[in-house]
Amino acid sequence: MTTTLNPPGLTPRFGEHGPRQTLHNALIITRREMRDSFRDWRIMGPILLLTIVFPALAQGATGIFVRFFQGAGANAASLLDSFLPLMPMIVGFFPVSISLVIALETFVGEKERRSLEPLLSTPLTNTELYIGKTLAAMLPPLLASYLGIGIYLAGLIFGTQQWRPELELIIQILALTTAQALVMVTGAVVVSSQTTSTRAANLLASFIIIPISLLVMLDSFIMVTNNHYVLWYIIIALILADIILFSTGARIFNREELLGRQLDEINLSWAGRMFRRYFGSGAHTVGEWYRLSVFPAVRRLGAPATIVIICMVGAFVLGFGVARVRPDLQMPTAGTSQAELRSNFERIYNLVAGKPADVFAAVLQNGRVLVAATFLAIFSFGVMGLIFAMVPFGILGYLFGQPLIGQLGAGTYIAAVLPHNLIQVPAMILATAAALRLGAVITHPAEDKTVGEAFLGCMADCVKIGIGLVLPLLIVAGLVELFVTPRIVQIFFGG
Amino acid sequence: MIETEALTKDFGNFRAVDNITIKVEAGSVFAVLGPNGAGKTTTVRMLTSILKPTSGWARVAGYDVAAQPAQVRASVGVLTEQHGLYERMRALEYLDFFGRVYALSPDQVRKRSLALMERFGLSDALSKRLGEYSKGMKQKLALVRAMLHDPMVLLLDEPTSAMDPQSAKQVRDAIVELQRDKRTVVLTTHNLTEAQSLADSIAVVRRGRIIANGTFMELSQRFVGNPLMRLQLAQPLNGAVKLLSGLVEITEQGADWLAYRTTDPRVVNPQVIRHLTAQGADVITLSEVQQSLEDVYLQIVTEDEDKIAAAKANLSAKEGVSA
Repeated sequence: MTTTLNPPGLTPRFGEHGPRQTLHNALIITRREMRDSFRDWRIMGPILLLTIVFPALAQGATGIFVRFFQGAGANAASLLDSFLPLMPMIVGFFPVSISLVIALETFVGEKERRSLEPLLSTPLTNTELYIGKTLAAMLPPLLASYLGIGIYLAGLIFGTQQWRPELELIIQILALTTAQALVMVTGAVVVSSQTTSTRAANLLASFIIIPISLLVMLDSFIMVTNNHYVLWYIIIALILADIILFSTGARIFNREELLGRQLDEINLSWAGRMFRRYFGSGAHTVGEWYRLSVFPAVRRLGAPATIVIICMVGAFVLGFGVARVRPDLQMPTAGTSQAELRSNFERIYNLVAGKPADVFAAVLQNGRVLVAATFLAIFSFGVMGLIFAMVPFGILGYLFGQPLIGQLGAGTYIAAVLPHNLIQVPAMILATAAALRLGAVITHPAEDKTVGEAFLGCMADCVKIGIGLVLPLLIVAGLVELFVTPRIVQIFFGG
Repeated sequence: MIETEALTKDFGNFRAVDNITIKVEAGSVFAVLGPNGAGKTTTVRMLTSILKPTSGWARVAGYDVAAQPAQVRASVGVLTEQHGLYERMRALEYLDFFGRVYALSPDQVRKRSLALMERFGLSDALSKRLGEYSKGMKQKLALVRAMLHDPMVLLLDEPTSAMDPQSAKQVRDAIVELQRDKRTVVLTTHNLTEAQSLADSIAVVRRGRIIANGTFMELSQRFVGNPLMRLQLAQPLNGAVKLLSGLVEITEQGADWLAYRTTDPRVVNPQVIRHLTAQGADVITLSEVQQSLEDVYLQIVTEDEDKIAAAKANLSAKEGVSA
């Protein structure tokens, strides 16, 4: 049906571009945006201040620290090596935090000023626009950050300070700073695409700045406790987050999404309506709700539930393996007899078993762990939720791998673990899979939904699975754990 | 040059554009009229491959808007409703940026930029930052940007809004020149006089639908009626009315004048004059009363509103019966 003409006039042919052409076109955008940023005193003022003035202040602070710790005796002086590595990281982080502001300005600001549409009307591809703008938001603060770290280090090298940071630490800090800048910028793209005003975008930016601030605190803790090697793991995790966010941003950053959206601000009543719609699915009775809303939500958990089960089994195997191959981590077997174990068991049994209030305590404990896992999953693409589910299985595997268990009989151990877990584990799998799906939804929202709609849909799924299935299962598991499991164990002990 | 078939765009449950079918020939000016929120901008965005149609199809300069978006955008120059300039830049720097985006050589960009800036009387403002430009100057520069790569199709949203009369004339002259150069122009506007003077054909859009479509003459005839003629005599009418009543439909009359409608003025008007002259009446003037596009537009909108009211009443009546 389509006839392809080669239009006369000045316009050359456009179509799919190779990587080189894509980068070339992206850099046209980057150069313009950077030139614009360099002309904006609201951006350049803080960058210059944080790049030039802050390293000088940090120099002074380092001098004060060195003199203070050295003057306070040998023990205090040893703390210097723990505290001083924080300085170059902080000097580098402050300028790079501006990248979030530039990114929000670059994407939403342009949308707000209506200068985005002429750009979207050009033959540039979505990828070229996205890469161009991402680089433009990231490069000036990142260069400022490197410059700030450079100024600070030059002061150390050429100044009178005694402290000399290790090269590995400097490389770690540069890598951390770069990866954090990319997380902030790519995260800002995701946020920007969901709003049409900088005010709303700034509010949503807390979803980026809070985790990054927590991360900087964690980095500081790791540095102070002299576990610098852990920073490499954080860098790897950040690079993975960068990849996820970048691909999410590239997926979301499209003309349709940017200009098709007419909704603005954080609309709580709309969100409430959407949530209620997803939660109820038009059901009028409890039975209908399960049929129309809860069970379809469970069916949507196929892939995440598979991942959760694989990770749980993996954690169990890992725990078992650790217990087997690391004798230094094995529990002592000497002096532990069947009679002693039975006596211990009876003591615990008399203490806790058969008390209805403890059912409530068990449900509360399991419930709050799952709620915490879900909450953390939101900020970690579901990863933290998964880790919360894996830890108990790692511990179970570790215990099951103890030679002590083999000596006393695996049947007793299984009897103590299995009955209530037959109910509790499916509840955990459901809750964790829902949390994983919720955390990961921003990376892959359905074609016909915005990120916000997809998130609300997954949130509703989490809540209805939690209320409709996980909570009842946890209550039943608590009853079994308190009233059934101890009796079975007792039978195994010969009672 | 532009062809659409049942072009439709939904945003969730809201239908912004509903089954629009148009055909715009190369070298013609097509005006789209309608109130705010009628779906004009959404249609333009689909024709620019910014928004994907929910259903239907559209081809611009021979390219499919859904399958060949880059080619469509390369063939189109767009003047958006808001000029959307980068206000910290200067004109040549701004045009150089867009020239690079359209893969023009620096030399081409410079020559074309200077020529267009001069064409629109902006040569004196080359060194100013765009933030210092007046609203009209910004609008003209945005038009220069749209024309920079010499596109086959221009989609112009309110091109003369906020312009002084002289600037507006420059833009209208430019549109006429574009038409002469076989460029196709789609004009969305609220300025009915401008649309009437520039457009070869006109579409009136309401609630996402085209409610009327055709040349001005066609629309005028369909919605306002046959051409209206006014006859001025040198003396009182006397028997003239009786004389002409078999020949034409007289709509109004005064002491020495009358107005009538006719389907075919070329045939009927000479007959009228012959009849009157034969009876000794002196004809001072016989001319067509010019209908404005505003009259036609208002009539179209009124009829559409009547249709909606009737449909609602019909629906209420049916609901009443079924209840």
